[in-house]
Amino acid sequence: MSDPYQIVIGLEVHVQLLTESKLFCGCSTRYGAEPNTQTCPICTGMPGTLPVMNRRAFELGLRTALAIDCQIAPFTKWDRKQYYYPDLPKGYQISQFDLPFSHDGWMDIRDAKGRFEPKRVGIIRAHLEEDAGKSMHDEHAGEADSRIDLNRTGTPLLEIVSQPDMRSPLEARAYLDELKLLLEYLAVSDCNMQEGSLRVDANINLHLTTDSGENVATPIVEIKNMNSFRAVERALEYEAKRQWQVWQETGQRLGDVPKQTRGWDDAANLTRGQRHKEESSDYRYFPDPDLVPVRVSTEEIEQVRAALGELPAALRARLEKTYGVSLYDADVLVNQGRAVVAYYLEVAETCGDGKMASNWIQQDVLRTLKEQSITIDAYPVRPAQLAELLSKVRGGEVDTTRAREVLAQMLATGHTVTQTMSDLGIERVDESQLVELCKQLLAANPKVVAEVKAGKFQAAGALIGQAKKLNPNANPARVREICLELIAQS
Amino acid sequence: MSLTDLSASQILADLNARRVSSVEVAQAFIDRIERHDKAIGAFLRYDASAALATAREIDERRAAGKPVGLLAGLPVAVKDLLCSKGDLATCGSKILENFRAPYDSTVVAGLKKADAVLLGRTNLDEFAMGGSTENSALGQTRNPWDTTRTPGGSSGGSAAAVAARLTPLAVGTDTGGSIRQPAGLCGITGMKPTYGRVSRYGLVAFASSLDQAGPMGTSAEDAALLLEAIAGHDPADSTSIKAPSVAYSKSVSQPLAGLTLGLAPEHFGPGLDADVDAAVREAIRVYESLGATVKQVSLPHSKYCVATYYIIAPSEASSNLARYDGVHFGHRTDERAMLAELNAERQKLTAAGDKAGLNRLDTPLVRMYRRSRSEGFGPEVKRRIMLGTYALSSGYYDAYYLKALKVRRLIRQDFDAVFQSVDLIAGPVTASPAFKLGEKVDDPLAMYLVDLYTVSANLAGIPGISIPCGFSAGGLPIGLQLQAPPLEEDRLLRAAHMFQQATDWHTRRPNLP
Repeated sequence: MSDPYQIVIGLEVHVQLLTESKLFCGCSTRYGAEPNTQTCPICTGMPGTLPVMNRRAFELGLRTALAIDCQIAPFTKWDRKQYYYPDLPKGYQISQFDLPFSHDGWMDIRDAKGRFEPKRVGIIRAHLEEDAGKSMHDEHAGEADSRIDLNRTGTPLLEIVSQPDMRSPLEARAYLDELKLLLEYLAVSDCNMQEGSLRVDANINLHLTTDSGENVATPIVEIKNMNSFRAVERALEYEAKRQWQVWQETGQRLGDVPKQTRGWDDAANLTRGQRHKEESSDYRYFPDPDLVPVRVSTEEIEQVRAALGELPAALRARLEKTYGVSLYDADVLVNQGRAVVAYYLEVAETCGDGKMASNWIQQDVLRTLKEQSITIDAYPVRPAQLAELLSKVRGGEVDTTRAREVLAQMLATGHTVTQTMSDLGIERVDESQLVELCKQLLAANPKVVAEVKAGKFQAAGALIGQAKKLNPNANPARVREICLELIAQS
Repeated sequence: MSLTDLSASQILADLNARRVSSVEVAQAFIDRIERHDKAIGAFLRYDASAALATAREIDERRAAGKPVGLLAGLPVAVKDLLCSKGDLATCGSKILENFRAPYDSTVVAGLKKADAVLLGRTNLDEFAMGGSTENSALGQTRNPWDTTRTPGGSSGGSAAAVAARLTPLAVGTDTGGSIRQPAGLCGITGMKPTYGRVSRYGLVAFASSLDQAGPMGTSAEDAALLLEAIAGHDPADSTSIKAPSVAYSKSVSQPLAGLTLGLAPEHFGPGLDADVDAAVREAIRVYESLGATVKQVSLPHSKYCVATYYIIAPSEASSNLARYDGVHFGHRTDERAMLAELNAERQKLTAAGDKAGLNRLDTPLVRMYRRSRSEGFGPEVKRRIMLGTYALSSGYYDAYYLKALKVRRLIRQDFDAVFQSVDLIAGPVTASPAFKLGEKVDDPLAMYLVDLYTVSANLAGIPGISIPCGFSAGGLPIGLQLQAPPLEEDRLLRAAHMFQQATDWHTRRPNLP
């Protein structure tokens, strides 16, 4: 990196929590229903209605906050954040302002390819709030027609605010990937960016040193409207370059201009300034008098903590340490999610070779999952069967190539390992049978024998192919060894 | 004595003994409404046929020996601030003139469950903001004792309806005195229960941390009956108190022995009308004659009550009323006219080359909000929205709202301390009897002071009751206020009943025009 500046990035992630019902009423949170069918007097803000907190949403928030090592406030309250917008029926959003339920956590990020040094990203806070509705603006023939869908209104959101600890778009991407993985492991969100269940806003500016040696920062810009992690990365790359250019043109520093919000235009590959309001927004936060403060006991915290399960960072470390898997492979496996890791662990434990299990799962199992677009739970070969097959490979009962045939057959038929091997006529070949076979081959291939004798050992490859034809169960490695031995002896 | 002169409890006894039918009762009150409400203006709407249909259904059930609810066949009027499924809930405001609630408030559901006959909806100050019902955008209510005077407010319609015997019972709401003050000015019994005793679900919010619905009737016995029907824990209201409900109607007649009343000098300060002072002191002597002891107590922070109230209530109101924006709820301005106006302004600014002006010009959405709210809200509501918006603004929050919350805690502590040594606090409801209509409409501060003795109960969250205790020289009713510790509604009702057993102020009737 030879950039004359240091990029500084902080991320705000909004996560929709996977609850059956909304944060303050009983309406369903299911995505994709007909507009305004998942609403009730409460989430549409009907005069006179009152919110009642969904304890399940709070628990999911708690799970997440504990997984990112946040401190949990023993006492937390709800605040009203007030602004006018057509998709906000009450004229305020119930959120948490000065006493979020959790704060001061962290998450470690690293790059399996080693493109940046592993680092710890601080989490300023994670708080709960209700989602707003969705506005759909149709504009045609000069007539603006806006429609509002309030199905989403009141869906529980967890807002996770990081410290400005990331120093490159790549680190920001790694943070998001790791956070998403963690959320999936915790089963608190489906993290679908297309459906809006995970939304990212990025704050970015540059730290640089002037010619006179002064350390300065450029104005912070908030970027919105990014619909994928890739878009976040690209937007940040673009924005860093843009800010450097603006700095060179204007010399504007942090504090010289109000904080700007820019929207990412994915198609045009650039950020655009959003209409700047003259008055800075004043949300007039105050404690929501309709809700009571939430108290969280130490026992409850410990209960939730105990039920977190093994999380990605710990799993990667265990895979490396206990199963001898490389960092890169551990990363690939863990990134597949908890179910694949569980599958892997069972195979590795049962067959006794963590590396072999890793290779087979990555090369064979995952490929099938991808080809057939299925999840590991739908994969027909259960871990015990795969482990049995791998044990046979390890014990020399079947070679790798034939074992792959077995696996393919098992996928097609659903038969057991033993059954499939017998179906395919795979049986252990005696050493004496193999020696006989090799003698036959050598007799039939004097040219090959001569070449090998002349030092062209690779010529023996031709013999293996023929051996397989004569007896498909012949272990190619062993055939090669025996042939070479016999030639040497002759 | 005619049917409509009886108390609710007496009518209920007659209904249960089948000496009279619900239909007869409903018809008698409907007749009175038709005869007298033009002069009083207590009701915004009433539905005779719906009321009679309900009454008929209850009569049939009673005749068949089937179970009936606590209030079976008793007419009840409801302040037009509580939602009733399918019915309008105007809140006395132009902005909600056409708002039809799609659900029942817990209070109305409780009334329906108790088999009350819902007579109609009573007038109020717009969104319950006011002390004279003059802030209603939908009609004027007059005091049945003197129709040139206010019935008080904001539950002025409910108070006037009970006082004029247009209904035996009415539900009001009380945010700073809105049940007790009109009850006092109209010579009836009205109670604000402990905050959280009656569910707020479906009560259109004015100030959420202060609002509380409560019963209004001619006597403590009647108030007990109505309270029993509407009180209780409600899971739909997070601030509802989880306390077992009490059979107030059963316990109300048991007198309290060894009662200690506290008198606070703060309630008898300068500005207290001499007739009111005399009537209240006489009422206390009645209690002494019934065996009560009187103790001087002090509520040192009560001088901050009105100021504290007028920070907290408008702040919450500014937020609660944000939803009436013409998009989701409430009156929407004529869009064509609005867009034409905006266009004209834009052209004028463009012609003048006024770039800054153009920059400041509203977007159509903002202009729609602005015009809808300007047209829909009355001046007092606007005043409070502005006060509250200001008090919650960044930079002012700590000095106003946060400070007010701290003072509020001190006010509550005053009461906690006093209730260590007394059972109830007694004092006037208002500093003077009913004032003339129009007298204070141009003087908001004078109007705010009508809450002087009542707001403290809302700030402290404690229950308070207003009972008739005499008349001024001019023949206007005077109210006695009793306040009790949280959840001691039962004590209040029994103490009030004791007084009403010894006096007959609550049985006096105005001569209606």
